[in-house]
Amino acid sequence: MAEFLQFAFSGLTAGAVYALAALGFTLIFNSCGVINFAQGEFVMLGGMITVFLSLAGLPLPLAACLAIVAVVLVGFGIHVFAIDRARDATTVALIVITIGASIFLRGAAQVLFDKRFHTLPSWFGDNPIVVGGAAILPQSLAVLGVAVVIVVLLWALIDRTLLGKAIVATASNQLAASLAGINTRLMVGLSFAISAAIGSAAGIVITPIMFTSYDIGTLLALKGFAAAMLGGIGHPVGAVVGGIVLGLSEAFSAGYFSSQYKDAVALVLLLAVLFACPHGLLGRPSPERV
Amino acid sequence: MRTILAHRLFPLLPVVAIVIVLPACFPSAYYYRVAALVFIFGLAALGLNLLMGFAGQVSLGHAAFLGVGGYAVAIGPARLGGSPCVYVIAGALLSGLIAWVAGRPILRLKGHYLAVVTLGFGLLLAIALNNETGLTGGPDGISVPRLVVLGLTLRTAADWYWISAAFFLLGALVALNLIDSPTGRALRAIHDSEVAARVLGVDVAAKKLLVFVMSAAYASVAGSLFALLNGHITPDLAGFLRSIELVAMVVLGGMGSVIGSLVGAAFLVILPQTLAVLHDYEHMVLGLVLMLAMIFLRAGIVPTLSRFVTVRPA
Repeated sequence: MAEFLQFAFSGLTAGAVYALAALGFTLIFNSCGVINFAQGEFVMLGGMITVFLSLAGLPLPLAACLAIVAVVLVGFGIHVFAIDRARDATTVALIVITIGASIFLRGAAQVLFDKRFHTLPSWFGDNPIVVGGAAILPQSLAVLGVAVVIVVLLWALIDRTLLGKAIVATASNQLAASLAGINTRLMVGLSFAISAAIGSAAGIVITPIMFTSYDIGTLLALKGFAAAMLGGIGHPVGAVVGGIVLGLSEAFSAGYFSSQYKDAVALVLLLAVLFACPHGLLGRPSPERV
Repeated sequence: MRTILAHRLFPLLPVVAIVIVLPACFPSAYYYRVAALVFIFGLAALGLNLLMGFAGQVSLGHAAFLGVGGYAVAIGPARLGGSPCVYVIAGALLSGLIAWVAGRPILRLKGHYLAVVTLGFGLLLAIALNNETGLTGGPDGISVPRLVVLGLTLRTAADWYWISAAFFLLGALVALNLIDSPTGRALRAIHDSEVAARVLGVDVAAKKLLVFVMSAAYASVAGSLFALLNGHITPDLAGFLRSIELVAMVVLGGMGSVIGSLVGAAFLVILPQTLAVLHDYEHMVLGLVLMLAMIFLRAGIVPTLSRFVTVRPA
């Protein structure tokens, strides 16, 4: 039982991070139909900028806030200088642009920072809390807490504000939204900015447990993409569900089966789910236009 | 003159000319090696272009087939004996078989779901190659025996330049003929609209499966050539980044353009080599160039440029 709880907690922690990455994918996908492969770099930059600002002597909370602002500017910049310039290009071309952006950001992090691994002090100390025989790091609770706060804030933004409604309108039909007087290009840009904010917050809160370096983005982007697809792309609740399912399945297969093949088990699960429901767990088929 | 220009095999003429003339400008063996890599990745990108550019099906795991071909010529001769030549064909057949079996459930999915499932299959193979140390040598990879043909050992980069150029031309010949066949037209119909193609009597599932198997075989042969050229192979060849690179080659060169596959491969093979002088700034510049190329040549290099060159009769 203690073992089960232990795996469940580590799975939930990883799952929360995957869910946040998946939410970033979902927001951008909804606004412009693009899978943003630079999403993992937002997570990396959030962690790395905080580490280097706090090494420069800034207090941790201030460093974290500045890091989020910086990454939001990067995300908005990718939209303004790259995606928006090519907005009439095909989706695949836009995806290649995000791949270019991810290579660029990884290269920039390598130059601006370094190639070593970094960590941050835990927010609430390093003494594990023991629950039912399982040891939980306080930082894991911080990760879960931040994830819940972000999901609630995002829900409030989308569901309770006029701005959120404008983003949803842009997502469902750009032409109709622009006819209703919504600045759709700004909304797409905002989706990039919000995704960047979510990604960087995730990067900051996981750094004390998972370490960070300039090249962690690729793996996180992969996991986030897989989680978003598992839940059903374009579906915010699906992204959260997909992330949690992916994190738990990895943790349990690493614990009970083989740590070498933990990623493989998660992938087999992903394939099995998509073969059974080709639109993800919560996605719905859309009719094809001729 | 116009009939020659309009002939379906015309795009091959400049490539043949370049293949013959280029070695005259090569100051060292290093250039032969880079050019051979261009043709090898051009072949793999061409196979993927058949799938992406003509049938409109994205694969984010295509490097897995590079890996199958590469490890076939590495493991086959060492374990089972025989010439690596046999295993180039065996690898292609095996890749085709894998694509045929896996393609049935995979190709029912569409768009981004297809992308993520192919991505998953590619990653599974890469994980297996990394972990089955006994067979594959694990992350360090294994060495590949030199190819001996008619008593001659092929070891110089120049030998491989001619071989990979020949393979690329052969692949391009097959591709150009396929495009102009009823199957090629059916594939383009599927690209435009699956529903419309099905209504017109195209067996959509069978055609998609056919082109998936073909593109797997292309990638496998390219993987074998890569392994034989290098004399060593690591799981990186089958990794996610390679798959992404192949997709970028296809899109950058031009979807649905046979010559575009070669141009895209040339771009992404040569650029990192020239940027290596920039050391730490290499990746930054590479990412920047990739973004700029896609922003300004959004239909791909070859289709965008050929629009300027083509003179339309009034």
